[in-house]
Amino acid sequence: MSGSLLGIEPLDRSEIEAILERSRDFQPTGNQAFKRQELLRGRMVVNLFFEASTRTRTSFEIAAKRLGADAISITASGSSVSKGESLVDTLNTLAAMRPDAIIMRHASSGAPHFLARHLPTPIVNAGDGTHEHPTQALLDARTILDRRKTLEGLRVAIIGDISHSRVARSNMYLLSKFGAEVVLCGPAPLLPREFASLAPSVTLTYNLREAIRDVDVIMMLRVQLERQHEAAFPASEYFQFYGLRLEHVGLAKPDVIVMHPGPINRGREISSEVADSQRSVILNQVENGVAVRMAVLERVLLN
Amino acid sequence: MPKLVIRNGRVIDPASGLDQICDVFCVNGYVAQIGEKLYATGAEEYDASGLIVAPGFIDMHVHLREPGFEHAETIESGSRAAAAGGFTSICCMPNTAPINDNATVTSYIVERAERAAAVNVFPIGAITKNSAGEELAAIGSMIQAGAVAISDDGRPVMNARVMRRAMEFAHAFGIPVINHCEDLHLSAGGDMHEGVESVRFGLHGIPAASEDVMVARDLLLAELTGARYHVAHISARRSVEMVAFAKNRGLPVTSEATPHHFALAASHMPPYDSNYKMKPPLRTDCDVAAITQGLISGAIDAIATDHAPHAGSDKMQEFEKCPFGVIGLETALGLTLERLVHTGKIPLQRMIELFTTGPTRVVNLRGRGRLQSGGPADVTIFDTDRSWTYDVNRSLSKSRNSPFDGHSFRGGPVATVVSGKIVWRVQ
Repeated sequence: MSGSLLGIEPLDRSEIEAILERSRDFQPTGNQAFKRQELLRGRMVVNLFFEASTRTRTSFEIAAKRLGADAISITASGSSVSKGESLVDTLNTLAAMRPDAIIMRHASSGAPHFLARHLPTPIVNAGDGTHEHPTQALLDARTILDRRKTLEGLRVAIIGDISHSRVARSNMYLLSKFGAEVVLCGPAPLLPREFASLAPSVTLTYNLREAIRDVDVIMMLRVQLERQHEAAFPASEYFQFYGLRLEHVGLAKPDVIVMHPGPINRGREISSEVADSQRSVILNQVENGVAVRMAVLERVLLN
Repeated sequence: MPKLVIRNGRVIDPASGLDQICDVFCVNGYVAQIGEKLYATGAEEYDASGLIVAPGFIDMHVHLREPGFEHAETIESGSRAAAAGGFTSICCMPNTAPINDNATVTSYIVERAERAAAVNVFPIGAITKNSAGEELAAIGSMIQAGAVAISDDGRPVMNARVMRRAMEFAHAFGIPVINHCEDLHLSAGGDMHEGVESVRFGLHGIPAASEDVMVARDLLLAELTGARYHVAHISARRSVEMVAFAKNRGLPVTSEATPHHFALAASHMPPYDSNYKMKPPLRTDCDVAAITQGLISGAIDAIATDHAPHAGSDKMQEFEKCPFGVIGLETALGLTLERLVHTGKIPLQRMIELFTTGPTRVVNLRGRGRLQSGGPADVTIFDTDRSWTYDVNRSLSKSRNSPFDGHSFRGGPVATVVSGKIVWRVQ
């Protein structure tokens, strides 16, 4: 499991810096089309997605192919998982085919950690339940660093369903490790007090205006109604109290960056005006996703 | 007539206050005499020099999985694990398949135990039919068939009115009602204690309040009905406080705690290790301290393992899919010595109470829980200093789901005597 990337929490700053630095080499420049490289020629990467995801899966697939690796994608609905095979059996079967890495998305928190304990193949966590989504945090950091010299001292608001968000956890750990101030904001039932003790420089607020006052970065989260066991907040009031609208953006720093991991729900957590505004870097995030995942695959496969 | 004499052990019997080095002479399944240098011709001799000789230990909360889940445990394998843990009597919970909610299943367990069990097995019947929490089970006939208490363990009785009726009915028959306290609305979807760790791991939490609210409700119902009421596997500090409060007011309520709840907290769980997943969940250091305090003060009457075997494949899954429960029969005594006795929190006498007279204050096990002439010759012989390491792969249980695999202990069982016969001795 030494080569695995399971989360941001266990990484130290230098490992994160190395990935972020390397990812710059893989960013497209100007209008030049990206040239396929041969760094990972002959390597085989399996994308195993137990949960629907178009962008993350495609992003990993493109990243692997751009580095010359062979990538195959398996989704749960089209595989033996839908025939009742257990997770261990599925992974043992795949591992027996000796891929060089398994990229895994799963709806259960800890599923990749469980497998990393039992399989020799390195595993890259592409999102596990409500736990972590490390490559999302890395690409978000890359996107911020494309516009700011450093993460240190930045004030970043993360807004939405914090409790069920793997994006929030990974970003919070990463930003905190680099000395940014993190403000978490959402409806109280979706913002457990315990978050404040998970990492240094993390504060909580239930008030959107307070959260974004003087921030450098606003990270909106998708409201994941599908992850709700029950109605933990009055859904009809969500946009009114926690939806990001143009009128809010003025409270932040003038050069604030608005981010969203996608896919966005226009009119639910973010208004169209904000999503499409000059301040929004949502499409840059997608672009950086490929570059960062190339750096991650290189690290995992060549270490 | 089979005879056994246990020589020169330190005999401690909390019920009579006995604590001296002497012999215990067992004849035909009963204790014939306790005293110094007993004359015992034709008896098998057991040298217990340097060892503690105590009344047979009782675990009032065990899951034997038979009938229905024999791949995880059987009455035979579970009872052998009990013997290896120093237990001479165990009470088995009714969540088998079928559920022990009628006299036929109760009789089946009693008969299987007579043929296959290494130790005494006392069934606990269900409170409600199919443990569904709605209609009372055939409580009276289960008692006639040998049930010593009722419980829907594994599930709580959510409906307060049903609980009230169960208490009234059981009270008239002189048996206690044992509840697994968990408000299912508050715990819904939860996989571990709600706290820093659940938030960190992104797992749904089970708040301590889910236990506390039901303990509070049940204590009020116990007062209303006058019934004998017992809290199973108490884990939360407010629950311990409330039980202590009820006891101070003279209510006939009791409680038990498991070794894992006084030995471990949620913060000790390696990431997503399903051998640390059980209900109630491991809680906080504050709760561990409160359980320990309850065992010292008497708010908690008994140590019970909640031995819950699960087949390996059931625990080899995504954490949230894994069933709740850990095995505990073989590690209970070692953990209790380590955490409570060697640390000076309780004296040896109190520990023995928690395994003997404590449980028999809750359930009537026909003269067990004490060592006296004429009583059943159930004896636990243990060592307070022997070093040993738990290897779960050598467990006598059919299951391997223990968080204590590889743990080194100081002190543990040496020999187990049931009805005057040595049913287990240390290798």
